[in-house]
Amino acid sequence: MTQTPDTAKPGSLKSMRRLAEPLVEKLVALNGALAIIFVVLIMAFLLRDGLPVFRSVSVSKFLFGRDWYPLSDQFQTLPLILGSLAVTLGAVVIAVPVGIAAAVYLAEIAPVRVREILKPTVEVLAGIPSVVIGFIGMVVLAPWVKGAFDLPTGMTALTGSIMLAFMAMPTIISISEDAIVAVPRDYGSGALALGATSWQSIAGVTVPAAKSGIIAAVMLGIGRAIGETMTVLMVTGNAAVIPHSLLQPVRTMTATIAAEMGEVAQGTPHYFSLFAIGLVLFLMTFAINLIADLALQRTRVRR
Amino acid sequence: MRLHPMVKQRIAFAILSLSTIFVVLPVLAVVYLLLARGLPAINWTFLSQSPVHMMREGGILPAIVGTIYLIIGTTVFALPLGVMSAIYLSEYAKPGPFTRLIRLSIVNLAGVPSVVYGLFGLGLFVMLLHFGASLLSGSLTLAILTLPVVITASEEALSSVPQSFRDASLALGATKWQTTVGVVLPNAVSGIITGLILGIGRAAGETAPILFTVAAFYLRDLPHSIYDQAMALPYHLYVLSTQVPNAPPKIQWGTALVLLALVLGMNLVATTIRAKYRRARKW
Repeated sequence: MTQTPDTAKPGSLKSMRRLAEPLVEKLVALNGALAIIFVVLIMAFLLRDGLPVFRSVSVSKFLFGRDWYPLSDQFQTLPLILGSLAVTLGAVVIAVPVGIAAAVYLAEIAPVRVREILKPTVEVLAGIPSVVIGFIGMVVLAPWVKGAFDLPTGMTALTGSIMLAFMAMPTIISISEDAIVAVPRDYGSGALALGATSWQSIAGVTVPAAKSGIIAAVMLGIGRAIGETMTVLMVTGNAAVIPHSLLQPVRTMTATIAAEMGEVAQGTPHYFSLFAIGLVLFLMTFAINLIADLALQRTRVRR
Repeated sequence: MRLHPMVKQRIAFAILSLSTIFVVLPVLAVVYLLLARGLPAINWTFLSQSPVHMMREGGILPAIVGTIYLIIGTTVFALPLGVMSAIYLSEYAKPGPFTRLIRLSIVNLAGVPSVVYGLFGLGLFVMLLHFGASLLSGSLTLAILTLPVVITASEEALSSVPQSFRDASLALGATKWQTTVGVVLPNAVSGIITGLILGIGRAAGETAPILFTVAAFYLRDLPHSIYDQAMALPYHLYVLSTQVPNAPPKIQWGTALVLLALVLGMNLVATTIRAKYRRARKW
C-alpha cells in the first residue's frame, strides 16, 4: 500500500476521508463477492423450493420414472430429461462441426474483407432473441419439416434441434475462433517451412494446438442449447413422452417449467417439482460450465 | 487412392467456406423475412395504440412501454452493482482462491439457463420479498441475469486504464478510492457503457425470466408504479404466436420486427461507442 503518513488534524474532512477508506474497501469487497452470493442464492432457492418434492416422490422415481402427469400427481421426469438431451444432442450434431468449420474459415482462411462482413453477421445471430427464433421456427421451419418428412406435425425434436443449433453456433464460432487466433503464428509457419500445405498446417498443427479452447467452446454451446427455453417451448410440440426418434414431438425440462409454472399454486407438489427440475438443470449447466472453464484455464496456463 | 495434398486442401477449404455460408445465409434470410413481412405492419397506429379485439387488431404500445420500463429498471440495478463488483476485481482483488471463486461464479452465473433465473426471481422477489409479479421483480431478475456481462466488460475497461494514471494520482496524495473514482473510472466509462448496453440489450429480448416475475398477457392501462405488472415485447410475441388463435401474421411479424430492431439497435449503439472509444483513447 502507498499510504502516506496521516498528518491531518482529527475531525477534519481529510481525516474523515482516511477513516472512511477502509469502510469503502469493505463495501467494494462485498460487491466483489456479488457473483458468489447470487450463485449461492440461486442454488439455495432451488433447493428450498425443489427438495420438498421428494416428500411425495422418491429421488429415483423423480429422475427415472416415465410418467409426467402433474394432474394426477405423477412427477417423474425421465421423458423431460430425455427430451432435453435429444434436442440438445441433435443441435450439437449440427452445430459443432459446422461451427468449428466456420471458426477455422474465419480465423485462418477468410480474406480480411470477407471476415469483416461475416463476423457481424454471426454477432447478429447471437443477438436475435430466442422468442423470435422460436417464432421463425414455428412459421417457417415447422411446416417445412412436416412436408419434407411427411409427418402429422412439424413440431418435432428435429425442428427444435435445428433452431437450437443456430443459437449455439455463435458461441461455438466466436470462442473457437478466439482459441485458433490465439495459437502463436510460429506454429503454423513451422509446418509450412517443413513443406506442409496450408491445410496440412491448419489441420495438423494450428487446430490441435487450439484444442482446449475449442472444447470449451463446444461445452458452452451445449450449455446454451440445454438451457434454452422459449425456442424449444414454441417448436418442439411439448409432448411429455419418451422420445424414440427426432421426428416426434418432445418436451424439454426448460419448456416444462416455462409452460406449467404460470398455472401452479405455490407450495403444491407440482410447484416443488418444477423447482426440482430447475435444480437438475442448474446442476447440469453448472457442470458443463465448470468443464468449459477448466479447459479455458488450461489454455491460459500453457501460454 | 491418395489425393494430392493440394487437391485435399481445395476440398477442405471448399467444405469450410460452405459451412460458413450455411451459418450466414439463414441469418440473412431471417433478417430479410422479418423486414419483408414485418415492415408492412408498422405504422403509427401499430406503435402508438393498445391491442384491441382479443389482440387481433390495434397496436403494441403497452408492450413497447413495458419493455422500455424493464430496460430502465434493469439498468438502475445492474449498473451500480456490476461496476462496484468490477472495481473490486480490477482495483482491489489480489490473486488467490477468493478471486478465483468470484471468477468461477461469474462464469457459472452467465451459464445459468434463463428460465432458472425466472424461478429464482419468482422465489425471491415475487414470493419471499412480496414484490409480487411487478416491474420491480422483473427488473431485479433481469439485472442479475445481466450482471456477468456488465462485470466482465467493466472489469476489462477498468484494467485497460494504464497503471501510470493511478500512480500519478496516488503520488499527488489521493487515496486509493479517490484515485479509483476520480481517475480510473472516468477513463473506463465508454467501455462500461458498451458492456452495459450489450447486456441490457440481451436482457430486453429475454422471455423466460419475465414469464413469472412481471409479464402480463394483456393490460388495459400502462403500468403506473414499479409494483404493477407490465406487458413486454418478447412475451407479447410469444402470446401472439401461441396463445391467440388466428392472430393475424402481420401483427406477429410486426411485433417480431420491432423487438429485433430494439435489440439489434442497442447492439449497434454499443459497438459504435466501442469503436469511437478505441479511436479516441488517450493512451
